[in-house]
Amino acid sequence: MSARDDILANIRASLGVTGAEAPRRFAAKERLAQSPEGVIPRRGQGDPAARVATFKAEAERAQASVAEVAGAADVPNEIARYLREANLPATFRMGEDARLAAMPWSETALEILRGPSDGHDLNGVSAAFAGVAESGTLALCSGPDNPTTINFLPDNHFVVVFERDIVADYESVWRKLRERYGKGAMPRTLNLITGPSRSADIEQTLLLGAHGPRRLHIVMVRDG
Amino acid sequence: MKENVLTDAIRDPIRVGLFVTCLVDLFRPSVGFAAVKLLEDAGCRVVAPSQTCCGQPAYNSGDRGTTKELARQVIAAFDGCDYVVAPSGSCAGMLAKHYPELFADEPEWTAKARAFSAKCYELVSFLVDVLGVSRVSARFDGLVTYHDSCSGLRELGVQRQPRKLLASVEGLELVEMKSPDVCCGFGGTFAVKYGELSDAIVAQKTANIAASGAPTLLAGDLGCLMNMAGKLQREGKKVAARHVAEILAGMTDEPAIGEPKTEARK
Amino acid sequence: MTHQPTSSHFKENAHEALRDAPLQKALVHVRSNFIQKRAEAAQRLPEFEALRDSARDIKNHTLKHLDLYLEAYEAKVRELGGEVHYAATAKQGLDIILDICRKRGAKTVTKGKSMIAEEIGLNDALEAAGIEAVETDLGEYIIQLRGEAPSHIIAPAVHVNKDEVENEFRRAHLHLPKDRDLSEPAQLLGEARGVLRDKFLNADIGITGANFLIAETGTSIIVTNEGNGDLTQILPKVHIVIASLEKITPTLADAAQLLRVLARSATGQDMSVYTTLSTGPRRPGDPDGPEEYHVVLLDNGRSSMLGGEFEDMLRCIRCGACMNHCPVYHAVGGHAYGWVYPGPMGAVLTPTLIGVKEGGQLPNASTFCGRCEEVCPVRIPLPGMMRHWREREFERHLSPTTVRAGLAFWAFFAKRPTLYRLATSFGMRALHLIGRAKGRFSFLPLARGWTRYRDLPAPQGATFQSQWRAKSRPVA
Repeated sequence: MSARDDILANIRASLGVTGAEAPRRFAAKERLAQSPEGVIPRRGQGDPAARVATFKAEAERAQASVAEVAGAADVPNEIARYLREANLPATFRMGEDARLAAMPWSETALEILRGPSDGHDLNGVSAAFAGVAESGTLALCSGPDNPTTINFLPDNHFVVVFERDIVADYESVWRKLRERYGKGAMPRTLNLITGPSRSADIEQTLLLGAHGPRRLHIVMVRDG
Repeated sequence: MKENVLTDAIRDPIRVGLFVTCLVDLFRPSVGFAAVKLLEDAGCRVVAPSQTCCGQPAYNSGDRGTTKELARQVIAAFDGCDYVVAPSGSCAGMLAKHYPELFADEPEWTAKARAFSAKCYELVSFLVDVLGVSRVSARFDGLVTYHDSCSGLRELGVQRQPRKLLASVEGLELVEMKSPDVCCGFGGTFAVKYGELSDAIVAQKTANIAASGAPTLLAGDLGCLMNMAGKLQREGKKVAARHVAEILAGMTDEPAIGEPKTEARK
Repeated sequence: MTHQPTSSHFKENAHEALRDAPLQKALVHVRSNFIQKRAEAAQRLPEFEALRDSARDIKNHTLKHLDLYLEAYEAKVRELGGEVHYAATAKQGLDIILDICRKRGAKTVTKGKSMIAEEIGLNDALEAAGIEAVETDLGEYIIQLRGEAPSHIIAPAVHVNKDEVENEFRRAHLHLPKDRDLSEPAQLLGEARGVLRDKFLNADIGITGANFLIAETGTSIIVTNEGNGDLTQILPKVHIVIASLEKITPTLADAAQLLRVLARSATGQDMSVYTTLSTGPRRPGDPDGPEEYHVVLLDNGRSSMLGGEFEDMLRCIRCGACMNHCPVYHAVGGHAYGWVYPGPMGAVLTPTLIGVKEGGQLPNASTFCGRCEEVCPVRIPLPGMMRHWREREFERHLSPTTVRAGLAFWAFFAKRPTLYRLATSFGMRALHLIGRAKGRFSFLPLARGWTRYRDLPAPQGATFQSQWRAKSRPVA
């Protein structure tokens, strides 16, 4: 008997079942197939404008900074502005995300490096899969479009999120994922990010920039 | 939530069995008499059947056998009462919340225990929530602070009710201590089995009591009160401890807990 | 750094802890911060209580169908190119992990915070096999340098103050110039960030725990504030997840319920900064991520808890709220509990995992104040389960003879009301006479356990029941 067999047998013995019982098998199969939702807070709900406002408030509460631009074409200037005002080098790394690639970066003097980060980047730019209003959270999927390393290695992380992608709650993110990847499928990594990296491990003092980015700047795009 | 029931003293008084609790019975009977006065003033007819203990010391020491015997004894003794009322959150909690669970494997006794538990109450919450008492006619001049005993608070929801009645006591001013709802470290046998630990916890509590500035400490559980009073006295802190029933009944002739008669405070 | 349990010496440990001035200073923070933050988070979310019920129900359902969800989870992980290993015991878990490390020729391993890894003694085993194991959670890193076990399940270095951290860094970071200012937490954090960044980038294998394992998608979820778990799992070539069986959660929708109560109960945040869902090794086209993804599923006593008195304990989502609110934990901190899991959840879990002989003191060291149960996000009846342990000990005659004898003596009278009334009537009158001058005893034979630390009030005299009968008041 393998460890697997031992363990499953012990579980079944403790529960007083054989494992072959139809009602149990049906109940589990049903839950996995139907994926019933539970209690969904009202906080993130409301019309798109309300969701955006809640998203912004909650993200700021988690120590992210949030700016809104009218359209995708305004993103490069916003990022250039932030870097300039923060006295940061005008260079960043990003992936192959088509939405980002289509933006008029040449309007700025920003130097762009492409591909995953290897730890030598000060700034990173990603585009979010979704924003979650209930907690000001960003959902980012792994892959060549937005390499996961860009979420963690650079000191400063800029995330572009389109307002049409700001959903009310996590359940809506799961729905969006199903639409994109299929039922029961996931990207290799889904990062739900709420604010910049932090730690309170030294005398309960809250500090930003523990291992991940010190700064998280979110650029919400109204149209496009 | 139980409905408010106003008694009609002339026609049909509610028959309340006083579960006096072993600590009150043995150490401070005046609390029992204060409870009786409060219940009678509210129109109840009070009886006190022959009783010993709710069984908590055995229960919390893992001796289910003795606990069940004592529970059966208590249930039988209070059989003829409409309500069973105790001037203690922990004893009332034992009767009201834990008795049914004791007989999980005996359906007949589970039913009896459930019926019994349904009529068990802690004193002050009984007065306020069941009898609808909203004020007392007592007088007590001075500043008091109130400790919320754990069982009363968390098992029975006793918190608002003592404060409501204390607010009606003429001359009395309640000042809240820091963290009134944090354990005083008594825990029954814990106080003796883990004396040093219990001492550390009660020291936190007496620091908060002293910091409140109140010269009188009140609570609804004699175990907690004896623990806190004992530590206050060992530390030389001049705070007098009484059971809340004594204040509400206007019966403060007896000295405060642990005080000798010559230093009796009114 | 060995983790031999010292839970059977809880009383002695507590004695030391009460005398430990730096620890007592650190515990002042625990007493206020965590409690206030959780209260605020709960207050800010109207659905919080409903979510607790939902979380409890999901856990109960999952436990009742654990075998089926485990099978579903395993199938999904394999489907996506991950490997699943079952470990019935701690030793099997260690063997599996060491085997993977050996096969890959691993020299350095980075670790995200994992209580399961602590439970099986993973770091010691790795070190013994000549593999450098680097804790990357800042708190875990600090205690690793100190050779200590964690004292809290989510804030492992809560007992350490900043001067002590500075000393450790100076001792261990050999490149550190003596004149570098490390007097403030921010500077200490900066130093740790730099040192650990290097380790992250050069590690051969990354080992994390998992807060939840999703059967619907074959996903492991970790929750951190620092991002260390993420750097641990995406940079090295191999990612190993070590998790106990009860982390299995049926669906993403179920995970959302649990996530909503987890961070709020732990630190008072609505969400931890990084909630990461990982599903298998890197996909074709992935520019980063591990090439291999292993999940080690550990039993180590869990399957035997199912269907029994302690099944409810398997609902635990390791938030730490119980210990944050416990007056005993506040007084002595986590190390006094003597093993991996402190506080109320430790008091229940430790005897199940290391036996009631070793761990049996812990469930006794409680006042049953009930605050733990009041704040547990999945409503585990912790005091009730501690009482179950006391019952087991009583049945097996494991309590000290003096205690048993004392209880038996008291019970003898309590079961005989008339005798009780006579004996107490006499006894209390006598005690009153002895004590009435002062009104209290600062010393009393047979009550030394009490009078050692506090005075004992003298009885008022005649008992209530004797006075009641003397006044011919009704007894029925």
